[in-house]
Amino acid sequence: MSSDAPVLQQTSEPAESAAAPSRLARYARPMLGVLLPLTLALGWEFLVWRGWSNGRLVPPPSRVFATIVDLARSGELVRHIAATLWRVGLGFAFGVVAGTLLGAISGYWSLARRLLDPTVQALRAIPSLAWVPLFILWLGIFETSKVVLIAVGVFFPVYLGVMGAILIVDRKIVEVGRTFRLSGPAMIRRILLPAVLPAYVVSLRVGLGLGWMFVVAAELIGASEGLGYLLLDGQQLGKPAQILAAIVIFAILGKLTDWLIEIAAAPFLRWQDAFGRTRGA
Amino acid sequence: MLALDRVSKTYPNGVQALARFSAEIRQGEIVAIIGGSGCGKSTLLRAIAGLDRASSGTVILDNEAIASPHAKIGIIFQEPRLLPWLSVADNIGFGLADAPAAERREKVARALERVGLAEKAQAWPRELSGGQAQRVAIARALVPQPEVLLLDEPFSALDAFTRRDLQDHLLDLWADTRPTLILVTHDVDEAVVLADRVLVMRPRPGRLFDQIEINLSRPRDRNSPLFENFKRSVLTSLDRSLDRSVPDRDATQGPGQAMWW
Repeated sequence: MSSDAPVLQQTSEPAESAAAPSRLARYARPMLGVLLPLTLALGWEFLVWRGWSNGRLVPPPSRVFATIVDLARSGELVRHIAATLWRVGLGFAFGVVAGTLLGAISGYWSLARRLLDPTVQALRAIPSLAWVPLFILWLGIFETSKVVLIAVGVFFPVYLGVMGAILIVDRKIVEVGRTFRLSGPAMIRRILLPAVLPAYVVSLRVGLGLGWMFVVAAELIGASEGLGYLLLDGQQLGKPAQILAAIVIFAILGKLTDWLIEIAAAPFLRWQDAFGRTRGA
Repeated sequence: MLALDRVSKTYPNGVQALARFSAEIRQGEIVAIIGGSGCGKSTLLRAIAGLDRASSGTVILDNEAIASPHAKIGIIFQEPRLLPWLSVADNIGFGLADAPAAERREKVARALERVGLAEKAQAWPRELSGGQAQRVAIARALVPQPEVLLLDEPFSALDAFTRRDLQDHLLDLWADTRPTLILVTHDVDEAVVLADRVLVMRPRPGRLFDQIEINLSRPRDRNSPLFENFKRSVLTSLDRSLDRSVPDRDATQGPGQAMWW
């Protein structure tokens, strides 16, 4: 009987020490990310509060927050956010659909790649903002030109991501598809797209980031609503708090939508047997 | 019946991997192809599977020439090659996409039961051991009920114990529908345990050297003297195939007599 005791001790000890860091990690890890911005914000608030800086050009967080609250109360904020979200969403959707289709086609058919890819790469080399004057001439200064500009920004990383990932799919797995006599579209749907899904999610996130970038460009050029308009308005009327408020909202929306992609993709990536699964998140 | 008629393969870089390989394989026969490395075993198997085209010669299954993967021909590779994004059950049902869902479910369930992995149906491939993964690969290839099943060194990556287990398992599964099995291996023991007939190939260029009928009833006792005898004759033949001073048997009898037996 006495020989049981050490065994029991041995089994219970590692179990406890394994639980403790995981409980700590659950709360500590997200906090770790907030630490730096929070310290900077509080530090700046403190400096302005003590009067060591007047905070006119760089308003303290409290003033930025107050501006956001004001905008929210008047209903302006919702209108601007809705306009911007709508443009990004629409442009992102078009860009993703086109990028995925063309990327899959030129990834799969080498003839299509030879025909299509050089042109796409040449277009990609053009700074997308160079299209703005042309889009305005062609499509007017209203929504269409903005959405198209965002779609163009989203298209390239998605196209390149899908095509590049398809080209490096393991031949051995493609052969499995061949032995089951999959047709071209079936091969893309059942083998190639799932195989490139991890890389695809990354390219979607890159594409979305560019979408947010281009919505600002589009709204700075000419808009009567949207977060980009808030930026421009703040500049023209000398309201740095409003500019910062718009920037903060951009950061929140950008992070939020990026996180949405991550969350939406997670169930489809559970199969992964990769480095990030064991160490990440 | 599967008829191989003077199948040759020369790769674009000029290497002749396979030269005028001819054989006839009966429906339900188990044939092992054995030979030194570079003797064109895998090239031959890929030509039969329709994955690669022969440079000349024909592969004919039931009066139909094979030039691309065929519904009646399944293949199992050295690696399981499971699709990592599909559950074990979906991997097994991969070849049944056109079948009605109910039928597919039933066939997959039966196959899972047959390979002893019923409790792993919803597991991801990454959660399987090497032997389990290869069992899933076998089930995936067998579920569409091919007439011919090709196996390219299917157990060579497994440990000796798992390998024996899977060899017995394969015979067990084979007995269900009795497809033709063509097994490429470099393991003499495996060839003698499984095959009705062992084809010995010789390299550079890969060609048929010898064939040995294994007239042993199943199940085979790996420790019986008869088993040892067959092993020894396969080994002897294999040794001779690698000895350059030994002439090709068919060469002495002129063309058209490749099937010298």
